[in-house]
Amino acid sequence: MKEAHNHKKANKYGMVIDLDKCTGCGSCMVACMAENNIPFREDESDPLLSMKWLRVYKLTNGKPFPKTEICYLPRPCMHCEGEHGHSPCVSVCPATATDYDHNTGIVSQIYTRCFGCRYCMAACPYHARIFNWWDPVWPEGMEKSLNPDVSVRMRGVVEKCNFCFHRYQSAKEKAYAEGRREIREDEYQTACAQACPADAITFGDLNNPKHAVYKLKKSPNAFRLLERLKTNPKIYYLSSREWVRRAGDNYLESEFLQTKRST
Amino acid sequence: MIDSALIPDRVKRAPLWKFIVWIIIVGAVLLWGVYAMLLCWIKGLNQTNMNNSYGFALWIWADLAVIALGGGAFFTGFLRYIVGKDELKNIINYAVLIGFICYSSALLILAIDVGQPLRSWFIFWHANVHSMLTEVAFCLSCYFAVLTIEYIPLILENRQIDKVPFFHNLGHNMHEIMAVFAATGAFLSFFHQGSLGGVAGVLYGRPFSYRTGVLIWPWVFFLFTWSAAACGPCFTILITKITEKITGKRLVKNNVVELLAKISGWMLATYIIAKIIDTLYWAFSTAPSMGFTLMDFYSGNPLYGIWILILEIVICGILPAAILITKKGRKNGSLLMTAVILASVGVCLNRWVMVLQVMAAPVLTFEDWALYYPSWQEVATTILPVAYGIILIMFSHRYLPIFPQEKELNPAVESK
Repeated sequence: MKEAHNHKKANKYGMVIDLDKCTGCGSCMVACMAENNIPFREDESDPLLSMKWLRVYKLTNGKPFPKTEICYLPRPCMHCEGEHGHSPCVSVCPATATDYDHNTGIVSQIYTRCFGCRYCMAACPYHARIFNWWDPVWPEGMEKSLNPDVSVRMRGVVEKCNFCFHRYQSAKEKAYAEGRREIREDEYQTACAQACPADAITFGDLNNPKHAVYKLKKSPNAFRLLERLKTNPKIYYLSSREWVRRAGDNYLESEFLQTKRST
Repeated sequence: MIDSALIPDRVKRAPLWKFIVWIIIVGAVLLWGVYAMLLCWIKGLNQTNMNNSYGFALWIWADLAVIALGGGAFFTGFLRYIVGKDELKNIINYAVLIGFICYSSALLILAIDVGQPLRSWFIFWHANVHSMLTEVAFCLSCYFAVLTIEYIPLILENRQIDKVPFFHNLGHNMHEIMAVFAATGAFLSFFHQGSLGGVAGVLYGRPFSYRTGVLIWPWVFFLFTWSAAACGPCFTILITKITEKITGKRLVKNNVVELLAKISGWMLATYIIAKIIDTLYWAFSTAPSMGFTLMDFYSGNPLYGIWILILEIVICGILPAAILITKKGRKNGSLLMTAVILASVGVCLNRWVMVLQVMAAPVLTFEDWALYYPSWQEVATTILPVAYGIILIMFSHRYLPIFPQEKELNPAVESK
């Protein structure tokens, strides 16, 4: 436990997503679903019932043509650190079915322990947690293409993005086999980061100066969603547009002109 | 009547056929709820209208509401056994029965609400001590056990059961030590009523419900206990008055009701002052520090306007408190009924906003209000405990001496 809480040595995996590059193509969502055996239904038109771990939002500046601007914002789980690892969802789970790993900064979900009370969903302001309202059903033959490294989830439990944790485990095992303690940046990448054709998603250790995210997060254009709530998320966004950066948080009129709400 | 041997001595009860007809009518509603419950268990929570924005919905509100309304049991017990308000012995049985119904209903609803009911025991086995819901689960279960212990002696007082020496002695001995259980119940209730408030109050990602507080407890923790202690007894009075109306008899003396009403009134008055202070601090300090103004939570949607706050605090808070703390208000039957109805509605409304409005209000700037209406399965399973409660009250009233003053207040009936 002493080692687990040694923050100097610990990794802190996170992402920097360049919204100026994101085209809203949805490759990250598809890659995430394929990689993590995320079930789907015939009608996926209702985002509130969809099982997507990563959802791409469409933001507008609310101005009429020709000043209208669009921004696509991919939203995986923020893997909030909160204060000292007390992320909003982890601290509320009554059955310790979700955990904040101090060695990686990853918020995990233990599907076989979750009993589906959904308190974590109520606690998450990002709607990053989703519930298995149905049992997963795969089109005939598709079950053969499921990822063997990821367990499928049953009806009645909550699930969420875990930064493709199985990939971390594989990379870690490989490193140990080769006598290394640390894994390289390119050895552990999430499916969404690899799938992005615009290279908008950069993934790595936010604490490691050798990783790209370490520098990117320090950009003057970097911001995080709802920082004022002190959720301390590990997803950073980059945007050169001020209205996009402002859309990242709520401000009083006296602080900024009120951001136009749009979906 | 065939069942006259089971009916308490020297009291009048409705004809058996009438009793059975009503049991069938209410039983039909109960079966409807059971059918919906089985659908939820067999087919899963896709039978509801909940979604990924509404992880908590009608059921959690129903849970919080019935537990607040059932607060009459612990607070009346506290007043009767700990404070020593002896007159309340004439209403404590009914308060316990109503509490028993409310808490068993809450447990039933929770059993339907969780996605994997067979894993419900994980909350005890893998308990996370940081979670308010863990505290709720432990205290709720323990207090339900206490209520069962408090209800058993009432069952043992049935004329036929009481004839068995063992049950007679058991009932007598249980009565003797009931103060211990009442004290335990009051202790547990002070915690779990509060932790239900804490469930919403600790959500620092949800500015509508988040409250600052003292140590690990948000202010809303104390407000929930306070409001349950204030409004729970009002609900006990309300159900007592409804029972009197339906049975056409007086069951509890006015001085008993007025005493409970007076204490409730002062509890409600002090609660509403605390609630106003809490609301002001939240509206002008906590929420702005998160980038929200008060009106952000009460505009931009077709349902949740500022009216809901006014209704809760003024109409269902200040008004009933003002009625109940005045002697004239308590003595006037219509005003008393108005006050206890408003107080009961008020506490339910408070629980509603602390569950449903929390889920509805957008936090991300690019999301909109998420409104929801329950499916018929959710409605049916929420009405199910009401039907169950009515049936349990019907049986308890018919066969058990719930009201010690009934014989005195209705002396015309001859001994059978």
